[in-house]
Amino acid sequence: MKRKMLAGAVALASLSLTACAGGSGGAEAEGQIDYWLWDSNQQPAYQQCADAFHEANPDLTVKITQRGWDDYWSALTTAFSSGTGPDVFTDHVSKYPEFVANGQLLALDDHIADVDLDQYSAGLADLWVAQDGKRYGLPKDWDTVAIFYNQKMVEDAGLSEKGMQDLDWNPDDGGTYEETIARLTVDANGVRGDEPGFDKENVAVYGLGIPGAGYENGQTEWSMYTATTGWTHTDENPWGTQYNYDDPRFQDTIAWWYSLIEKGYAPPLETTIGASVNDNFGAGKSAINISGDWMLSTYFGYDGVDVGLAPTPTGPNGQRASMFNGLADSVWAGTDNPEGAAKWVAFLGSTDCQDLVGAAGVVFPAITSSAEIATEAFAEKGIDVSPFTTHVKDGTTFLFPVTDHASDVHAIMTPAMDEVLGGKADVGSLTEANEQVNALFDGS
Amino acid sequence: MTTAAVARRPRNQLLPALGMIAPAALGFLVFYLYPTLRGAYLSFTEYNVLGSPVFVGLRNYVDMAQDDVFWNAVRVTFLYVVLNIGFQTVLAVGLAVLMHRLTKSVLIRGSLLLPYLIANVVVALLWFWMLDFNIGIVNAVIDAVGLPKVAFFGDEAWTVATIAGVNTWRHLGYTALLVFAGLQMIPASVYEAAAVDGAGEWRTFWRITLPLLRPVLVLVLVITVTGAFQVFDTVAVTTAGGPGNASRVLQLYIYEQAFARGHFGYASAMSVVLFLVLAGAAFAQMRLLRAGESDLT
Repeated sequence: MKRKMLAGAVALASLSLTACAGGSGGAEAEGQIDYWLWDSNQQPAYQQCADAFHEANPDLTVKITQRGWDDYWSALTTAFSSGTGPDVFTDHVSKYPEFVANGQLLALDDHIADVDLDQYSAGLADLWVAQDGKRYGLPKDWDTVAIFYNQKMVEDAGLSEKGMQDLDWNPDDGGTYEETIARLTVDANGVRGDEPGFDKENVAVYGLGIPGAGYENGQTEWSMYTATTGWTHTDENPWGTQYNYDDPRFQDTIAWWYSLIEKGYAPPLETTIGASVNDNFGAGKSAINISGDWMLSTYFGYDGVDVGLAPTPTGPNGQRASMFNGLADSVWAGTDNPEGAAKWVAFLGSTDCQDLVGAAGVVFPAITSSAEIATEAFAEKGIDVSPFTTHVKDGTTFLFPVTDHASDVHAIMTPAMDEVLGGKADVGSLTEANEQVNALFDGS
Repeated sequence: MTTAAVARRPRNQLLPALGMIAPAALGFLVFYLYPTLRGAYLSFTEYNVLGSPVFVGLRNYVDMAQDDVFWNAVRVTFLYVVLNIGFQTVLAVGLAVLMHRLTKSVLIRGSLLLPYLIANVVVALLWFWMLDFNIGIVNAVIDAVGLPKVAFFGDEAWTVATIAGVNTWRHLGYTALLVFAGLQMIPASVYEAAAVDGAGEWRTFWRITLPLLRPVLVLVLVITVTGAFQVFDTVAVTTAGGPGNASRVLQLYIYEQAFARGHFGYASAMSVVLFLVLAGAAFAQMRLLRAGESDLT
């Protein structure tokens, strides 16, 4: 009996060993597709997709592995280099160009035919065509940003919910947007930011919470302002070769943004290192945050905080703006089952899966009709997501900048933006950072 | 030793000896020597893991000499080591002497080790929350007694000292235990003699304890200094090198260059330099503090 159990344990151990071997090699169970994603909020919905896929293709089974964003990319790189990468994985536009350059992604063109690219929200499918003209991902979802505000604080400030829906902004005096932020700022003595005697050194509630200095893209930090001035991150998108951080329109906007910190309307950068911007909002330390739709369940999950949503302010060009980012599913070049992997990607990119994801109400699927299902699912939870969808409806989105050298650009711009927002350097210093960034593209 | 004892020894001790070293030696060869040699080789190449290494001669080292972020990382790392080792050693020796002279309780001695039993990352996150500017308990207390709040991790002036402090908190008990072991090796007769001669606690500490503790202290210093130079996890889970580059220590910069930016060749070159610095520091400590000799004999 004992010996038998031992044998069983050995068999189990060797099983788990082979399971570790993952993607390549013959050790993996026949017909298993390894699939990686990073958002644990979305895993249940994709498990539903995996089950439906298995039902339609009984010879194929999808095994989902979730890793947090912080580990995801280094784990992926390591798995690629050791030949144990997942067959299919959730991919990001800032990452895939480097994978393509290193021959790690399978071009989908030869494996997936007759996908109707028009079913996806405009522009999303184009993001995933590399410079060689081949397609490396099928769109799975999209995101935009909006204003999250504390309804009670807005009421206490004597502001109207209706007014919140229609704010305007400019880089000179900040418009009604800055007036609102000032009004919502309250110091320790209860004096508001727009009242005489406001003590900016001793602020109890900041009008605007900020997550940090915004790195190279400023997705939820500054990109919704800069885009309304006509500024773009790069000379063209996708595949620009020139960044524009030296442009006065960009630098003026960042100078305005920093002025909010100087006036005491937004927290000093050094105080944002620690608890997340959303937890500070949940703790009543800020009245307004700008964030993406992927944070909806987090913001609406705080006890005792009534959250309102509003679209980002209109800018100098008379329009609103939101960065439009879309994830996709890619196939690793080292997969042992390209046909099965491609089949799974096609399934993920179809209404069969995206309707399921939409119904879960966690994210907006890339397919327009599935996104409508998501909108209804959010509405059932009592959340009106029109501040996010309005950008898509009005065409006020702009795409996440896709270029080569993205991780080097990130590494250069992160400390450069920190210096400016920390008050250690003038916005003019970003011109020098821009030169460093653009030097990356010389001769490539 | 009698001749009989010699006769009973196995003829050839080499084989059993090799057999016993083999597991450790194999581990050393596979997990230390080979990676070190390969790292040294990669430092002369351009390599992003996914492709194959391309030999570039000394270019990585030339780039390093001109890389402001690298030199800043060296400066930040040294500052960290000085602060961390400074606090930690002084406190650990104090704590060990208290353990030695004041209490025999195993419970108290054991509980000093508790922080060391918590994983580094957990300790870092724990303090990251407690020291948070807006919702951390430490700043709530500071605020309550009317002092200005401190952005411990976010303020450039504080961030390295804070990280050094957090790691001191974690390693203090362990270091004290090592020093304590050294204290127990000092014969009680020396203390009795000092007491007979009328020396007080203070004088006994400086004239008896510290000199006789020196060899152990050197060993402890070599271990802790080498460990301190390799600080990584505490920074990685809290400030991630920020604000700006204020806490971008060498190990973090090496990690970023390799795993986030795909510059494994350049990262290897920096690792080689760090290796040389550490070897030099350990050697200097051993020589300068005469680790091999004891004042007891």
